[in-house]
Parts: sequence; structure tokens; C-alpha cells
Amino acid sequence: MPKDGGIGASTVRREDVRFLTGTGQYCDDMNMFGQTAAVFARSTVANGVIKSIDTSAAEAMPGVLAVFTGEDFVEVGGNPAGWLINSRDGEPMKEPKRPVLAHGKVRHVGDAYAAVIAETVEQAKDAVEAIEADIEELPAIVNMKDALAADHYVHDEIGTNQCFDWGWIEDNRAATDAAIKGAHHVTTLELVNNRLVPNAMEPRCSMAQYNRANDEYVLHTTSQNPHLTRLLISAFVLGIPENKLTVIAPDVGGGFGSKIYHYGEEALVLAAAKKIGRPVKWTADRTEAFLTDAHGRDHVTKIELAMDKDGNFLAFRTETMANVGAYLSNFSTATPTFLHGTLMAGNYTVPNIYVNVKAVFTNTAPVDAYRGAGRPEATFSLERVIDKAAREIGMDPIALRRKNFIKPDQYPFASAAGLEYDSGNYDALMDQMEKVADMAGFEARRKASEKKGKLRGFGVNAYIEACGIAPSNLVGVLGSRVGLYDAATVRVNATGNLSVMVGAHSHGQGHETAFPQVVAEMLGIDPQSIDIVHGDTSKIPFGMGTYGSRSLAVCGSAVVRATEKIINKAKKIAAHMLEASDGDIELKDGVFSVAGTDKSVTFGEVALKAYIPHEFPLEDIEPGLEETAFYDPANFTYPSGAYCCEVEVDPETGKVSVESMTAVDDFGNVINPMIVTGQVHGGLGQGIGQALLENTTYDENGQLLSASYMDYVMPRADDLPFYTVDHSQGNACTHNPLGVKGCGEAGAIGSPPTVVNAVIDALQSGGKNVTHIDMPMTPHRVWSAMQNA
Amino acid sequence: MYAFDIERPATVAEAVAALSNEDAQALGGGQTLIPTLKQRLASPEKLVSLTGVAEMKGISSAGGVLTIGGGTTHDDVAADGSYKALSELAVNIGDPAVRSRGTIGGSLANNDPSACYPAAALASGATIVTNTREIAADDYFVGLFETALDEGEIITAVKFPIPEKANYQKFVQPASRFALVGVFVAKTADGVRVAVTGASNEGVHRWTAAEDALSKDFSAGALEGLSVSADDLIADLHGSAEYRAHLVAVMTKRAVAAAS
Repeated sequence: MPKDGGIGASTVRREDVRFLTGTGQYCDDMNMFGQTAAVFARSTVANGVIKSIDTSAAEAMPGVLAVFTGEDFVEVGGNPAGWLINSRDGEPMKEPKRPVLAHGKVRHVGDAYAAVIAETVEQAKDAVEAIEADIEELPAIVNMKDALAADHYVHDEIGTNQCFDWGWIEDNRAATDAAIKGAHHVTTLELVNNRLVPNAMEPRCSMAQYNRANDEYVLHTTSQNPHLTRLLISAFVLGIPENKLTVIAPDVGGGFGSKIYHYGEEALVLAAAKKIGRPVKWTADRTEAFLTDAHGRDHVTKIELAMDKDGNFLAFRTETMANVGAYLSNFSTATPTFLHGTLMAGNYTVPNIYVNVKAVFTNTAPVDAYRGAGRPEATFSLERVIDKAAREIGMDPIALRRKNFIKPDQYPFASAAGLEYDSGNYDALMDQMEKVADMAGFEARRKASEKKGKLRGFGVNAYIEACGIAPSNLVGVLGSRVGLYDAATVRVNATGNLSVMVGAHSHGQGHETAFPQVVAEMLGIDPQSIDIVHGDTSKIPFGMGTYGSRSLAVCGSAVVRATEKIINKAKKIAAHMLEASDGDIELKDGVFSVAGTDKSVTFGEVALKAYIPHEFPLEDIEPGLEETAFYDPANFTYPSGAYCCEVEVDPETGKVSVESMTAVDDFGNVINPMIVTGQVHGGLGQGIGQALLENTTYDENGQLLSASYMDYVMPRADDLPFYTVDHSQGNACTHNPLGVKGCGEAGAIGSPPTVVNAVIDALQSGGKNVTHIDMPMTPHRVWSAMQNA
Repeated sequence: MYAFDIERPATVAEAVAALSNEDAQALGGGQTLIPTLKQRLASPEKLVSLTGVAEMKGISSAGGVLTIGGGTTHDDVAADGSYKALSELAVNIGDPAVRSRGTIGGSLANNDPSACYPAAALASGATIVTNTREIAADDYFVGLFETALDEGEIITAVKFPIPEKANYQKFVQPASRFALVGVFVAKTADGVRVAVTGASNEGVHRWTAAEDALSKDFSAGALEGLSVSADDLIADLHGSAEYRAHLVAVMTKRAVAAAS
């Protein structure tokens, strides 16, 4: 053992049995004795002064137990930004307070300014309608450019709508400017990385209980990182001691980043549960999800690429405005800076890079990390401008990329954007992509499309990302206010089965299957005897949760370290049982034996001995078999890939159809290829959605026009092609014990520029002089571009 | 959702009686009304469910006219097939849940400017049959969500003369999958009728210039050079008025080419 359940096996996901049979337990599935309902009063205007809130009528409504307003939380703290960014002039970023409930002003449509607790949801809704709020509407600040020029502010107390003006790397600025000035050819592109609504299938839900007997709270909530949520609530917002607060994130139906963050609703239900002495539950409806979940992306960028006469890259320079919305969500300041600017070298040996990012407050929902988080924005800018440059200088886009790729003998490679890439082979990825995508057959396919009256295009993309977030020492220097290690406890029970408590949280990633594969491989036992415990701060060690494709690379490494400790101790116990020395004990297929003899004991016998320590050498070995490890990575991991796709454009209507999508990724070593393929599929769906469909639109008054599925286009099965996914070209990560790099975000990073490049290729091959279309490339936009070409 | 009473009449007569209450609202398949109620955007005191009225269900064909009960679901129309273009239209309404609950009477009574059935009814020259009268399609559609129906009047059936040739082309609004522009073309011995949905601020309407051209020469080529004005067309997130005007011409050509 394990014959087929260890590292490298495509084990079927065990968690899917409960998800597919309706026996999962999501927050809203749980009901407590005496439970009450919370409903929020939310602003219908984007910007307004709260003149008064009269709750007396609401309080008198049937079933109402309590009404809260912002006034009730003026004494408690704000929800903080997790990352301090300094502007180019050395000034720290502006950090206006983000209160539990809006106080003084409402700052975006959906901003909660009051909450009702009632016996039922319908009673609470009735009472919310009875709250009389006098809110004086002010002109909304929506567009980033206007925001920077405006003389009125989202947060009056900071006197600006600019959060920071960040330069990376400031010392490289002059050299980059000079390289661009003196270059043979400079390609310039202005582009928008469109705002996305995360749209997790399960809306957010939080349920709080308070036990006055011991002054303890339990919060069930939709979180990707329960310990981080607890830390934020305890240390910054409500001041509940960590040892008095348990945060449980049970089954969570998707997060994509939006459930990393602490939200005011969590604090509200906790405070309310204490006040009324009964459990309080709030479940977002879909409209609330659209209006208040942290959105993603929303960058406006100008990028320049300078080349010499042979097409060698000399410099990249970007100017970006990044929308942070009305308040700073927890990672909102890291996403457009250190998860974006540091990736601006891409896969290339470019010597000069300068990135400028201005973060802008607007009267819109907060914007934060969303699947890829900064890296899709970097990749999109780079891979679009490279494609444009190839057309301008008449060079094949693949050849131009290959010419500038970092070569396999250059690792470790210090990029001009400040990272050290540990391993990779971008030419090998491109070779594999050309092979599996049948590029040789493209011209024939193009002709077949022409016969149908369609324009066919081919698009290519190469990406690198930084995952395994993150080395605490490095991110500490860069402004992070937290460490980004993770933790695991491996508990071997007396009867030989295992509980592995992990800091990572699984909400679609398949940890319950993949993590046991690692432990089973190391111990040589049946993976079915190993269970993962996650999502409950009272059961798991302090870990930082799941985002940034970090779970296996960071938490998985902690699992390895803890399992190594188990093996070391188990060998001591086995040595005692076998009357041998520790050094002579070998572990193979779940059996400890004395080297060169037939003396052995099984893993199960050792486990039992650990807990029934008769005749135990207590002076040398403690009873029990349980070990914890914390793992802090030495570097980021650097997954990379080569993607291509083919599209058909209907020249009469502008409709784009993605006909094929090939993703060749280097994820390092792969634990469960089937799960990895599934993760890539999901990312590709979201990336194609961003490229073609998802259009988050606020009007000039700050009203979200795309606030329901009647107007916000989620990708559906018939919008997507069959995928070709290949991860055969892995180069192991050099600095973590599993050699893994992370796969959760790759598809969403690699696919958007691939699709856009293919559409531009289709239009140009059809004689249309179109060099760029902003995402989402809706039929209307593509048609308009053709009309104007 | 606000609280409401519900009645489930078994006959048209009972339904009419139940709807005589001022704040009563008829409920067909509920695919528009129920989401509206859930969002607290409507507060009828009483819902009168028509799904139990057997006499409003079913499809029959006689003398070249297809009669569809007002309470007949999209799924049942899709499965019928005796008016091919109409069944093909029904197959592409909404999603499986919508098609299994939504009814033709409900759709026509609601007259959403982007719904599919109004285009079929208008192009086919259908007759809307109610509990009190028969209304020609040309007189039925008044404007956005407006029809010739009186308060409490119920669509009991729709009569479609089956054309020689017909086809419906829908360019979907990608989120709702209603028609961004939908064009229904029907050719009969009396000529050709072309109805456009999704495009106009006035709701479903006929494109008479195209009808004239096609009545002389029923071919896509006959439409060359014809275009519709963008004035009064819908402009929204998904397309400008000019884009919709362009799509009307494209979809009409495609419908003619595909008509059978």
C-alpha cells in the first residue's frame, strides 16, 4: 500500500459523494435551537450622507428582537487592510476605517447601514422596510479617472480618492525610461481588465451563537480561512479574545477569493447573538452577493514594450489605475501591487521593468483578490502587448515569445521585477502545446470555417505566476501584516487510523482526497484510513487558509513535515518493540522492520503501542502519536504554461465562439492528476467568461446595472469548448518537499489573453484592421470594432 | 415575498370569479411572477393559479389551425411539432425548468418586449382567445408589457394558422437568453409577415418593408439593401440601438433562408 491511492494517482474525489448526493452541510443547512434571522438595510444610493435613522417603527414590528445601526459600533474597531503599501514618495497608503455598519455616510449601493434581528427572515425584511433612513444623496464617484480629478471624496477624512501611488521598482524607473526612449521599436497598448463578480454558487452566510455560561462565541461562516477570520474579528474589530471565539467554515460552495475576507455581517451576527442571547443567522440573497461580495480585477492600464531591431525585449513600462472600491478589503492593497507588479517580467529575460499603480477609491463595491489576483492582470497586459508587438514588427507571435524566453539553464533566474524563479522550461511547454493543439492542422480548419462564413483565429499565450503564497520574511518586508505559513497536525489514533488537521480550507479544491494521498504515500498505508479535518479553529492548528494556489505547496508541506515527525517517533516505538536501535528500523508498505532481518511490526501495532504504553521506555519516548508542523516557504512557487485557442467569429453578428482551448502547464509534481485537470477546467471557464461574457457595469450614479443573472453573463457549458489539458511538462519546485507549484488559478490567468489574441487574429485574417478590443468581447463590441475598422 | 392568499380554480369560470377581486393576480407557470414576488417587487393580496384549469391545456389541430390552450407549457408546445417553427421556438425558451412550468398564455399576457412567443403570434397572424372574446394578434400587442387584455381577462387559448413556411431566429441576450433580437418570418398564401421581438422600445412589431419585399420574392436576396431605423430601438448593456437594427436585418435573412 498504497498501490493506487498515493502520490500520482487519479483518485476519485471522496468529498464528491456527499456533494453529489445532497448530504453536504453548508452554513445555511445548519439550524440552531432558538435561531433568529438577521436582515440588513442597505443603501440604494452610491454616495450619501446619513442624516438620521429612525428605527422605532421597525423595533415595534412583530417578531423584532433588536435593530442595530452604525451608531452601535462606533466604539469597536474597523475591518483592516492586511497589507501596508507605501507610495513612491514614501507616504503610507490611506486607510479609512471600514466599520461594521456604515456610519455618517453610505459609500456604495448595498452598503449596510442597519440590521434587524427578528424571529423569521420575513419579519426581519418587513422591519427593514419600516426603518426610516434620511440619506442625502451625493454625486457618485464611479470612474477612476474622474475620481482622481474630483474635489469630493469617497472618504472625506482623507481628502483624496487616491489610496496610494506605488512604483515598482522605483530604482529601475530611470533605466526603464531610458531604454524605452532609445529603443528601435516601442509598442503601446491601453487596456481594461474588466471588473468581475465572483459568483460563488453558495452565497455568503454567517451564523453566530453566544454562550453566556462561559462567555464563548461560535461563528459558522462561509470562509476560506477560519483562523484568519477569527484573528481579524478578535484583534481588530470586536476584540473578542481568540480563546473565546470558535470560527467554523463547514462545507463552502466556492469562494474564488471572495470568501477570504472578513465582512461586517460576521461581526454583526456575533454582536447580535450576545445582545439577544440567541443564535443569529444571516444568509445573503443573490442580489446581496452581487452588491457586496468583494469584486475582482478592475484595472485600467497603459503598457509599453520596447524592443531592439531583432525583437529582443528591452523594457516593459506600465501605468495602472486599480479600483479598490469604497473600502479597503483585506487583501485589496496587495493584489494590484505585489501580486501584480512583481510578475511583470512574465516568462522573459527583459532587463528593465517599471510598474506604476495608482489605487483609487470609488463609490462601488470593494475590489479584492479574485482567482489569480493580480497575476491575471499582469499576464493580460504582457501577453496582449507582446501579441500586438509581433504584428507590428511582422514576427510570428510564438517566435517572438521564444526569442525572449528565459532558458532552462538560467535558473534560478532573478527577474527584473524582483522575484527569483526557481525552475521552469517555457520552450518545452510551447513545444508540447504546438504538438497537442495540432497547430499543423490550423490552416485547414481556418479554410473550413471560411466556407461556413466564419472568421477563424489562433491565439497564444505564455504565463508565469507566483503561488505558494508566501514566504513570511519576504512578504513582511513588502508590507504584509500577517505571516503566510501554514500548519498541520497529524494524529495517529490508537486503532491505526489518522486524522490530519490542516490550516488550509477546502471549498472545491479536493483536499480531502489529495492530502491523504500524500500521507498514505509516506506511511505506506491505505489512504481510506486517513481523514482530513479542516475549517474549525477549535480543531485545527493556526493556518492561514486557502487562496493563491497555496494549499498543497504550503499546507501540504506542513503535512509532510508533521508526517516525517510521526515516522521518526514511530520508528523509535518500533525499535523498542523489536529490541533494535532506531537507526536500523525501515518503513516500507506500512511495516516497520529491522534492516536485514525478518523482524517486523505493522504501522497499526505501533499506533496501538503508542497509546497503550505498557513496558514503555517513558524516559525516552512519550506516549501518543501526534505531531504538528508549521511550514513557511522559502520562496514563492512559479507555475507556468503555454496556452492556445482557436475561435470562430461570426462577421455578421460579432459573436465569438471558442472552438478549442489547449492548456499546457508546468505545475511541478502532481499529486492527483484528475483533480489538477478539474482545477484547470474551472479556471479556464472563468477565464473565458472574463474574456467574452462577464461585464460588471455601474452607471454614472453608481447603480450596478449587472446585478442579477438576467444581465450578468456567467459562462455556461454551451459557451465553452472541450479542453485539452496537459501537465506532462512539470519541473519540480526546488524548495518545497513535494516539489509542487499550485494549479488553482492557472486557467483563469492563462486563458483571457489567449482568447483575445485569437479574436484579434481572426479579425485581422478577415481583413479587419482591429488591434484591440476590451474584455468582455461581447458580440456588440466585436461588431462595433469591425464597423470602425 | 409578502404574504398572499392563493386560489386554485379547476375551471375557467371559477378562475374568472376568483380574479374579480381587485387585488387578485393570475398566476400561470410563475416563471416571471414568482421571481418578482420573491424580490418583493409585487404584493398581490391573492394569487389565482391557473395550472389546475384542465380546459386551458392541450394542443389540437384542425383545418390548418393549431389551437394551443393558454395553460399549455413550452415543453408541450416544443414536443408537438405540427407547427415546426413554433415548436423550434419553444425548445429554445429559457431553460428546462422554465419550459416545464412556463405557459404560452402567461408569456403572451406578460408581453415581455424580449419574449419569443409574441413574435410567433404576431408573424403567424394568430388569434388570442380569452374567456370573453377573440383578439387578433395585430390588435393584441399594445406596448411594453401592455396588451389588449382587460383586468381579470384570461387567455384560454391561442389559435395559430399554420403557414406554408416559417422560421424563428433568435440572437440571444447572453445572460437572460431572452431575445436580444428575435425575428419570426411566416409565409402564407396571403403573403409574408415578419415580426420582431427584443429590439424595440414599443415591444414586438412587424417589419412591413421586409414583408412587402418578401411577399414579392421569398428569398434572403430580396432583403438586400433593406434596413431598419435605430430610432426607438432598445439600447442597453448588451447592445446599442444601431446593433439591434443591424441584427434585425441579419436575423430576418437567416429566418428566410431557414424557413421550411
